Amino acid sequence: MDPLIHLLQINSNRSTSELAQILSLSEDEVVRRMRAAEAEGAILGYNAVVDKHKAGHRGVTALIEVRITPEREGGFDRLAKRIAKFDQVRECFLMSGGYDLAVLVEGKDLLDVANFVAEKLSTLGGVLSTATHFQLKAYKQAGFLTNAVDDEERLPVSP
Amino acid sequence: MDYSHKLSKQIQDLPRSGIRDFFELVIGRTDVISLGVGEPDKPTPWPIREAAIRSLEKGQTSYTSNLGLESLRVAISGYVENLFHVSYNPKTEILVTVGVSEALDIAFRAVLNPGDEVIYHEPCYVSYAPSIKMAYGVPVIVETREENNFALMAADVEKAITPKTKVIALNFPTNPTGGIMPPEELEKIAALAVKHDLLVFTDEIYCELLYDNRQHKSIVEFPGMKERTILLHGFSKAFAMTGWRLGYACAPAPLLEAMMKVHQYCMLCAPILSQMAGIEALKMGSTAYEDMRQSYEQRRNVIVARLNGMGLHCFNPGGAFYVFPEIRSTGLTSKEFAIGLLEKKSVAVVPGTAFGAAGEGFVRCCYATAPELIVKAMDLMEEFVNEVRP
Repeated sequence: MDPLIHLLQINSNRSTSELAQILSLSEDEVVRRMRAAEAEGAILGYNAVVDKHKAGHRGVTALIEVRITPEREGGFDRLAKRIAKFDQVRECFLMSGGYDLAVLVEGKDLLDVANFVAEKLSTLGGVLSTATHFQLKAYKQAGFLTNAVDDEERLPVSP
Repeated sequence: MDYSHKLSKQIQDLPRSGIRDFFELVIGRTDVISLGVGEPDKPTPWPIREAAIRSLEKGQTSYTSNLGLESLRVAISGYVENLFHVSYNPKTEILVTVGVSEALDIAFRAVLNPGDEVIYHEPCYVSYAPSIKMAYGVPVIVETREENNFALMAADVEKAITPKTKVIALNFPTNPTGGIMPPEELEKIAALAVKHDLLVFTDEIYCELLYDNRQHKSIVEFPGMKERTILLHGFSKAFAMTGWRLGYACAPAPLLEAMMKVHQYCMLCAPILSQMAGIEALKMGSTAYEDMRQSYEQRRNVIVARLNGMGLHCFNPGGAFYVFPEIRSTGLTSKEFAIGLLEKKSVAVVPGTAFGAAGEGFVRCCYATAPELIVKAMDLMEEFVNEVRP
């Protein structure tokens, strides 16, 4: 992977001047490459990784296993793209194994998610079945441990 | 009681480590950004820790063979051959130790007679001279200089050789300079060792941490060197396992057997828990440290650019995780610079003199520190330099 994209993936909050120093590039070159990666879709966007519990978010998140019928033209793509377009859907992947789509849905409460599944998702032509699993507690998100256990402090000076 | 008569003259004459003096100024302060450490900033990779936990759960809490677990020695043999292209017999030529520090100590004790001279390079890790003295040897310093990027010059080594010279001790990449050896200079030193029939101890603890696509070359790889080399390596730096205290020595059987005698009487064996963790570390191999190595390289680029940018000349080190900027332009000594920076800006670096007199005019900064903190520390150091510069 491009080392610039790798660095941004680890921490997208670095300034372009910091990235330029790390990579021994000019700041202009860093900006040019970032814009190019954004334009070609290699970088889709920049998020903070939020511990929702600590941030006071009271909503719920569910992983929904969806089985769908592939279409003669285009297989799973057309329906998967349709599902992905709903604002409630945070992530949507085609999977190998016992179901087809893994859909991560966010809602204000259980009822909100249940309504989305019952009214929007299940009713789409081609959706055969859904199984909804609500998240209870986060331990790791996007590579970050939540409530990271304190690693023991290093001595301030050592040989 | 007057304890001076109760203590060994030999030990009383050893100086305290300069690192220790400085440590005491810093300890207890929570506001300090420290570039003063000598270890990675990440804990040991999780699979290695997990293997140790599993080993404890299984009740593996006994002594091991004095040499170390055979499965670990077999793994070391494979790892070392892959790194240095030299093959060691795990049954007779590999000894697992409590860190490289122990390996170095028992190597000196195994080979030195009183008065034997050991040539080593300064600035260097703090324990070389004391370890030689504790083995009743005579430390002979050869300075490495910034103009040579802190590589050891064979011509300087040659001048230091006397009929009493027994060992040349090398540590490249070097703590505290980050200096590495150009292979052609290493070859000349190998030739000197052969010509004068000397032993060579090579401490390879930083050999995995090399930058700019460099390939490591050890002195043991040159013709005629395996039979006269004690290769010392360990898990502390690349595998981020400093606290496990796990190292090893590889050497021809007669040398290793002599080291083994000292080891079995003073240490018995390295802790089994650490040895089990070491087996997992070697199973992971470079996957355990390649990401960190890349990250260190990026941090090195930042810190070298910033130090030169503030007018402190700093050569670009090829390995380890230290930079060794020259601070003479501030008009301060190494110690004055380090203490001033700590008192005025709460940034800790280590005076170069902690690593030998040749370190005067320099300070050691460790960049195994979060990039954000490196940038902040450099901002503060720049303010300090501007305030004190005449």
